[in-house]
Amino acid sequence: MNSDDKLIQVKNIKKYFPIKKGLLSRTVGNVKAVDDVSFDIYRGETFGLVGESGCGKSTLGRVILQLQKATDGEIIFDDRNIVEMKSRELRKLRQEMQIIFQDPFGSLNPRFLVKDIIGEPLKVHTNMSKAEIDKRVVELMEMVGLDPTRRNRYPHEFSGGQRQRVGIARALALNPKFILADEAVSALDVSVQSQVLNLIMKLQKELNLTFLFIAHGLHVVRHISDRVGVMYLGKMVEIAPSDDIFNHPLHPYSAALLSANPVPNPHLKRERIVLTGDVPSPANPPSGCRFHPRCPFAQERCKHEQPELLEVMPGRQVACHFPLIDQTIGAGDAAK
Amino acid sequence: MAEKVLEIRGLTAGFISDKGLLKAADNISLEIMRGETLCVVGESGSGKSVTSLAIMRLLDYAGGLIVDGEILFKGEDLTTKSQEEMGKIRGNKIAMIFQDPMSALNPVFTVGDQIAETLMIHQGMDRKQAMEEAIKLLGHVGIPAPEIRVKQYPHELSGGMCQRVVIAIALACKPDLLIADEPTTALDVTVQAQILDLLKSLQQEFGMSILLITHDMGVASEVADRIAVMYAGTIVEEGTVFDIFDHPSHPYTQGLLESIPGYETTRGSELYTIKGTIPRLGELPSGCRFHPRCPHATDKCRAMEPGSIQLSDTHRTACWLYQEEAGVKKS
Repeated sequence: MNSDDKLIQVKNIKKYFPIKKGLLSRTVGNVKAVDDVSFDIYRGETFGLVGESGCGKSTLGRVILQLQKATDGEIIFDDRNIVEMKSRELRKLRQEMQIIFQDPFGSLNPRFLVKDIIGEPLKVHTNMSKAEIDKRVVELMEMVGLDPTRRNRYPHEFSGGQRQRVGIARALALNPKFILADEAVSALDVSVQSQVLNLIMKLQKELNLTFLFIAHGLHVVRHISDRVGVMYLGKMVEIAPSDDIFNHPLHPYSAALLSANPVPNPHLKRERIVLTGDVPSPANPPSGCRFHPRCPFAQERCKHEQPELLEVMPGRQVACHFPLIDQTIGAGDAAK
Repeated sequence: MAEKVLEIRGLTAGFISDKGLLKAADNISLEIMRGETLCVVGESGSGKSVTSLAIMRLLDYAGGLIVDGEILFKGEDLTTKSQEEMGKIRGNKIAMIFQDPMSALNPVFTVGDQIAETLMIHQGMDRKQAMEEAIKLLGHVGIPAPEIRVKQYPHELSGGMCQRVVIAIALACKPDLLIADEPTTALDVTVQAQILDLLKSLQQEFGMSILLITHDMGVASEVADRIAVMYAGTIVEEGTVFDIFDHPSHPYTQGLLESIPGYETTRGSELYTIKGTIPRLGELPSGCRFHPRCPHATDKCRAMEPGSIQLSDTHRTACWLYQEEAGVKKS
């Protein structure tokens, strides 16, 4: 693929949060929330990012949007390095990148009318007249399946799913190229969740949007993503096309994560890879491969040498000294 | 025939508002046998938590009340007990674990103190005995180095560890019934898998019954013996886990199962949706509560509320589609 197809290139991004202690609040260490992560997001695709809480997936998303400054590394958005941008340039850039939040209750100002919530980005970034803004709000509400006659109401008069649609309409207001959906459907009930997912998929096709979809619900990510990245303790451990990673994960952590996901089929009693212990602290990650203390396949080399994220098959990258390639092929043969 | 640990008959519970009584749980009947896991599945506002709070008689403290019905725990009606009497049952014979382990624990006491408290109150142990027992319990729920952990405060433990502590407290008096209200919803999937495995193994060991409340069909499929599906305050379908997953009969259950993304769906395909939203308690539709969202709704559904129809010995549903079929079968 040539670089024109890449909307976002994340290069060696690090985000450290200093730990300060004592009277002079000296920095005594760093929480390495995101530690040297590189990946690309192609135009028009949905890139799913999964991982357990504290793995750095939300921080990574915020760094990409420049809501938080990276400690080190580059982010190329549409051929521009946005890490070095001044705040005035960034402000312009924000029209092209938007975010949908998890909590449809907390992310809408309860004292604003819905039309003002959806219209605010237009007020801030454009010099549209009141009438023009109103017209655009009606258009946006129709686009996301809300009744525009309800635009003079407050958020509390809308249900959770409808509020999430308001959030989506607000994100779409400025015709962005890229939308970060951070756990955008996690707080919704199953029957409403599928409505919102359908809406996101429809809008993506119609408007040719690029999504970074962060979620812990693995079924949701599988359904909506073209490619999926798995993070563990600040590191990207595997990137692969969605179906591939769910059918044949290569990293032992991906395999464990997927096997822990409850499947709605009582006949299927799968062998679960149960991980022992908890995720270690990102302030003091283990040496070598960060997953080695919990990895069922860990060997001596994993304790000392940190594995690089390498392309081991076309389109499949994994950061593991002993990826599950042989085992997966073996299992596939046995099934035949 | 296995012993019935809990039998709920026609339970109606809810809240008083300026619009009158809001029935969050309307005419609920359920049974749980010894050693069995019953999952109550439903979306927000379906009344599943109100039902569990009513069993514990904690609804009184949540501003609600039980209007009608019986809750028979080993043959004794809990609805007529005083709070003082309930205090002897709660945490002793019936224990409960909640969704958020961090807020279920008191931050200013060590986890050992909190486990010991239950033992001292219900089992009459002295502090030394209780602390020793607390260490044993922590080991039992899979916490490494329990003699160190017992002296720690909740903030020093991870979310999964805290949920294990909560389970240890719940199990301290070897209850007959454990009510778990979304016990793994706040946890990551790998930790969720650990906690569900733990609950299953402890259940086998102690022979207790579990009433597990969840919104996640995946979780229900993994742990349930039987499932009751709730919608807008009523049980719409009840059956064994295989009844529900292999032959879902109520349109709501069918829709719920079909709208789960990413499992049996093709990637990127349009997902099945149940149109509309869950009705508010004050604005319940006439007739069958599901009719405005149901693809099979008829005039009958709009006018009359369906009763419960037995499809097999283990499987019942509340839907007019089957009332008619049953009628045909009878004739």
